[in-house]
Amino acid sequence: MNILVCLSQVPDTTTKISFTSDNKELNKAGVQYIINPYDELALTKALELNEASGGGSITVVHVGGADAEPVLRKALAIGADQAVRIDTAPMDARQVAAEIAHFVSSASFDLVLAGRESIDYNGGLVGGMLAEYLDWPLVNVATSIEGGAGGSMIVCRDMDGGREKLEVYLPAVITCQKELTEPRIPNMRGIMAARTKPLQVLAPQGKGADMHVLEHALPPSRQACRFFEVHQMDELVEALHQQAKVL
Amino acid sequence: MKILVYAEQQDGHLKKSAVEAVSFARQSFESRGDLNITVLLGGQVDTQAAAELGLYGANSVWMPAESILNSFEVHLHALAIQQALAESGAEVLVMAHTYCGKSLVPRLSVAWDAVLAAGVNSPPECASDGSWKVYRTVYSNKGIASYSVSGVRRILSFLPNALKPVECSSPCTVFPWNTTVNSAAAKTRSLELQKVQGKIPLTEAERVISGGRGLKGPEHWHLIEDLAEVCDAATACSKPVSDMHWRSHDEHVGQTGITIKPDLYMAVGISGAIQHLAGVSSSKTIVAINTDREAPFFKVADYGVVGDAFEVLPQLTQAIRRLRKG
Ligand SMILES: Cc1cc2nc3c(=O)[nH]c(=O)nc-3n(C[C@H](O)[C@H](O)[C@H](O)COP(=O)(O)OP(=O)(O)OC[C@H]3O[C@@H](n4cnc5c(N)ncnc54)[C@H](O)[C@@H]3O)c2cc1C
Ligand SMILES: Cc1cc2nc3c(=O)[nH]c(=O)nc-3n(C[C@H](O)[C@H](O)[C@H](O)COP(=O)(O)OP(=O)(O)OC[C@H]3O[C@@H](n4cnc5c(N)ncnc54)[C@H](O)[C@@H]3O)c2cc1C
Repeated sequence: MNILVCLSQVPDTTTKISFTSDNKELNKAGVQYIINPYDELALTKALELNEASGGGSITVVHVGGADAEPVLRKALAIGADQAVRIDTAPMDARQVAAEIAHFVSSASFDLVLAGRESIDYNGGLVGGMLAEYLDWPLVNVATSIEGGAGGSMIVCRDMDGGREKLEVYLPAVITCQKELTEPRIPNMRGIMAARTKPLQVLAPQGKGADMHVLEHALPPSRQACRFFEVHQMDELVEALHQQAKVL
Repeated sequence: MKILVYAEQQDGHLKKSAVEAVSFARQSFESRGDLNITVLLGGQVDTQAAAELGLYGANSVWMPAESILNSFEVHLHALAIQQALAESGAEVLVMAHTYCGKSLVPRLSVAWDAVLAAGVNSPPECASDGSWKVYRTVYSNKGIASYSVSGVRRILSFLPNALKPVECSSPCTVFPWNTTVNSAAAKTRSLELQKVQGKIPLTEAERVISGGRGLKGPEHWHLIEDLAEVCDAATACSKPVSDMHWRSHDEHVGQTGITIKPDLYMAVGISGAIQHLAGVSSSKTIVAINTDREAPFFKVADYGVVGDAFEVLPQLTQAIRRLRKG
């Protein structure tokens, strides 16, 4: 299959978040960027699907600036065949989705995989918007993906209070949840090969963003912890009941 | 101001988020004198239950006359909502940011060409020029961003448990609603549904009891379950616990798991790693139980017990039983 994997780059999960003095953006000093964990799963799943069927090619796409190229190279080292960067600084999910949709319509993909959400802006929106732009089916939050009969895929997805197994015909957009697979670590051969794999930079099609951040803030700090001894469980329960009013 | 609220149901019962959605719309735009809220039910439910959405501020409720929407197929529901948007003349669509909502709102924002404020924490602040200011958490709960939202058509989805529903009126009329959506428009075919039976869904739960590696093994989880039972809580766990298959993956909370904001989050034998806190730190009240006084969880907890979970949990469960009885 020809599979497209949408990659976002996000601050490493251990990053202590702070904002610039005008609170307009993230304070990037010392921040390490990684492939969004769900996108890494999407990439690994794409490799597994093509290994199982014995063919096809995998493209990774990122909408953003040149600072994301190390992350794209890493994806090539893990096993993607080619990378595409759409050169703009997106401000919201709709802008990202519109750019990717434009790229997809100029190519021929059977399947687009994205993460369930990015762990920076946590929208969980790009996959669904992309599916609508393309008028393709969407399966959100997939925990397993397997090839079915006659060009269909069998997918399990998380839903409120349970899980659903469903069949979807290609082409489709599927967003990936953990449990799908385990991420792969690039080996030396992959890292060498990545240097010569194509990384294409495309001009944006130019849709602007709808949503603009006014300001960022840190969550309100919490009051100091009130401690109870092991023999004071009635007092703790009383505090939860009377003071916090949560019991 | 005309608002369409999409209210979720499952197996013929309104979900908790249905009442929240109506109340969220009412509480957000109460100050608008011309506020008119139409509710589209995402499937057929008991008429009495539907009429009671009026208590929370619905002006009218549309109940699908056909059974086609009773099970959730995202493409059919998206089309039905678009039909209802057109018929109601609504400028704003409100729904909960549940799994269903998360599949619907991105599609609808493109299809209806609306500005989307997704997953907001609280009702928007409405400015005199008609724009809204909304807040949502970013960087996995480690930050909060405010956005300005304007545009002729808008979609607002809110996090479950974002506010307490308030009764403000009386039951309203329920109208049968004929949809033009045809089952041929479905793009996926459901093969099997596995529902978590009898358990409170984690994302909806008001109280959550969560266990970590400090519990030493799955055979000790009855301590967590007993405590959860006496306080009507859902159960959750840290990532290593689900990675080791002590508990199923759908209980894993944190940056790479589920994000929750219950009224009460109790962390038992969980150290409080930054990735774990990312998923739970917006809980209203946090209790940490840990043998290590220096565990990072105590820095964010409101109440703490330094002690052995095996000793603390049975006593705490007993104490809550006494409260419930008394
Ligand atoms: C300098 C700078 C500042 C930014 N400031 C903001 C801001 O203030 N507010 C804001 O919302 N966004 C901002 N962004 C954009 C942000 O990084 C996201 O790309 C975009 O908002 C989508 O985020 P989301 O959380 O909605 O994605 P989600 O919908 O959660 O992402 C789901 C999936 O979509 C795919 N995806 C997401 N983003 C991209 C991408 N860029 N390229 C390819 N695939 C992608 C991934 O597979 C991801 O797992 C900024 C970007 C830059 C470069
Ligand atoms: C990319 C990435 C993503 C991650 N995402 C997540 C995530 O989403 N969610 C998540 O949870 N983690 C996540 N993690 C893992 C995280 O970093 C921690 O490793 C994990 O949260 C630790 O789990 P724990 O607290 O159960 O175990 P530990 O850190 O081992 O803590 C066990 C705690 O139990 C206490 N204890 C021991 N015995 C007892 C007893 N008898 N009674 C009471 N207390 C006791 C100990 O003092 C200790 O504090 C992620 C890590 C990475 C790298």
